[in-house]
Amino acid sequence: MEETAAITVDDGERERPAESPEPPPRAAAEPPDVRLAGVRKAYGDVVAVAGVDLEIAAGEFFTLLGPSGSGKTTTLRMIAGFEEPDQGTIELAGRDMTGLPPYEREVNTVFQDYALFPHMTVGDNVEYGMRVSKVGRAERRTRASGALKMVRLGGFEERKPSMLSGGQRQRVALARAIVNRPRVLLLDEPLGALDLKLREQMQVELKGIQGEVGITFIYVTHDQDEALTMSDRVAVFNQGGIEQVGPPAEIYERPATRFVTGFVGVSNVLERDGTRFTVRPEKIRLLEATDDGQGLHTERGVIRDVAYAGMVTRYLVQLDGGGELQVVRQNLETSSSEALEQRGRQVTVGWRPEQTVAVLEDSANTRMEDPQ
Amino acid sequence: MRLSRRSTALLRGGVAVGLAFIYIPLIVIAIYAFNASAILKWPPSGLTLDWFSRAFHDSAARDALWTSVRVGLVATATALLLGTLASMAVARHRFFGRETVSFLVILPIALPGIVTGVALSNTFTQVLGVRLSLLTVIVGHATFCIVVVYNNVIARLRRMSGSIEEASADLGADPWQTFRYVTLPTMRTALVAGGLLAFALSFDEIIVTLFTIGSQKTLPIWIFENLFRPNELPVVNVVALTLILLSMIPVYLAHRLTREEEGAAGTRGPVLREATAEP
Repeated sequence: MEETAAITVDDGERERPAESPEPPPRAAAEPPDVRLAGVRKAYGDVVAVAGVDLEIAAGEFFTLLGPSGSGKTTTLRMIAGFEEPDQGTIELAGRDMTGLPPYEREVNTVFQDYALFPHMTVGDNVEYGMRVSKVGRAERRTRASGALKMVRLGGFEERKPSMLSGGQRQRVALARAIVNRPRVLLLDEPLGALDLKLREQMQVELKGIQGEVGITFIYVTHDQDEALTMSDRVAVFNQGGIEQVGPPAEIYERPATRFVTGFVGVSNVLERDGTRFTVRPEKIRLLEATDDGQGLHTERGVIRDVAYAGMVTRYLVQLDGGGELQVVRQNLETSSSEALEQRGRQVTVGWRPEQTVAVLEDSANTRMEDPQ
Repeated sequence: MRLSRRSTALLRGGVAVGLAFIYIPLIVIAIYAFNASAILKWPPSGLTLDWFSRAFHDSAARDALWTSVRVGLVATATALLLGTLASMAVARHRFFGRETVSFLVILPIALPGIVTGVALSNTFTQVLGVRLSLLTVIVGHATFCIVVVYNNVIARLRRMSGSIEEASADLGADPWQTFRYVTLPTMRTALVAGGLLAFALSFDEIIVTLFTIGSQKTLPIWIFENLFRPNELPVVNVVALTLILLSMIPVYLAHRLTREEEGAAGTRGPVLREATAEP
């Protein structure tokens, strides 16, 4: 486990220091904030969610990560109550919510397209939840303006959503949801429509707001960087099921299956002597062909492709023993021309044996074979 | 886009001819309404307001106008209710035969009025054994009024993101609250536009009316009958002028309403606030 403490570089992104693999501490007697047990949902012949079990603790920032069509959004929609599971139960703070309509669940959602009410002002949008639950006007005003200040939109009450930028609408949607003090906040790819810079800024803000309000966040994204940066724990979805659940560092450094390896990072999977393992591209050293790489596990190969990406260069090495590895090197001294000249060279790649992680067959595949 | 002088002139001319084609006959009607002579001869021999007082005291014309208004209002109300329900069903729910329903709802507007008229008349008198009356006219008008409401509302519903209704439910609003505070306000201008159009269609309908009406007369039928009576012709002109002036009101309103809707800072913001003003 000593390697998990190291701060490493992946594709130029900062990686968080490793945390303990357990979910954040909580009182033992307290039930999880959200519990999904054997949840299944099919649309006709298409199985969207194929048996999901999850326990999410109070105050956790929990991310459902996966490609489109992996069932993460359907899972979120079932927690919100927009869809009913065909099988299984969904509990909120120990209470079974299966079958309850959305308006009777103590959860609020931030939608991907924001879903602001276009005919209402920003203030009326934020007050909506309190208004339909008959909160007095004075309190509504105070709380709404507080929530808008929290998302740095104080004084925007009288504007119409159509007058706001994408980032501002996003903030209104967030304020409209958290102002109701839900037990759980569901976020469906909330930053998907924003450009990169704004998205990175909002990631930091969202995380800050979550710390401030202390609400459980369930966050859906297909962006692995976003998941790694923001989450306390991540569930990686694939073909309607969960491949792995754990803190970001564990997901990244000890991917359980081939799919997780490829989706959260680069699929550097090799098979040697009947075992399948992966090694992360930044953990691999590129050595001279003659180098014996003292103490490292080494293999020989040819650089097949070079991609210069400013901060780092990515090398694709074809191994003599079969298979390919991606190697990432920071451009400490290398210039772009030097990097590109490496193509076609014979090299030795080496890594510390403890940096390799055995990976299993995807659980999606086993699910397919096991007719449930 | 910049146009050459010639094409600009051509466009101007085209617009002028088009407008002239539409409005000169209306102006002619307006002038004849003041024609001193009862015979239509150009140019009019003199001007008078006599026909106005005659038209005003013509109880048959007044009755016909009132009949048309009543028929139009009831047919429009029916169409608003049924057209909205149909459009919500088609836009918001998946069910077997949805596309067919959509097609069948729209079909009546494409059917020739005479077919609708004969079909309704036969059904009312032969099959159902109902006496033809204003009620049967209203049903007849509703068949095509529903279409315009349906089309307007469904276009709005399709343009409206479905997730705003989900957002409303998510924020704790029950289905009725969602309809009242979110769906209805979003549909409002579509309903008004559809309603105005439906009323206008019903108001000047003559073919279906002829087949389904009993002893009463709607205004178009009254005009049609009196058009060829030289005695009544000046009164018909006055009635026509009045209708032109009256029909400008809903058109103006519809125009203003849609403009307001487009303006981002629309003044009709606090719909909900009005709706919940009562304690």
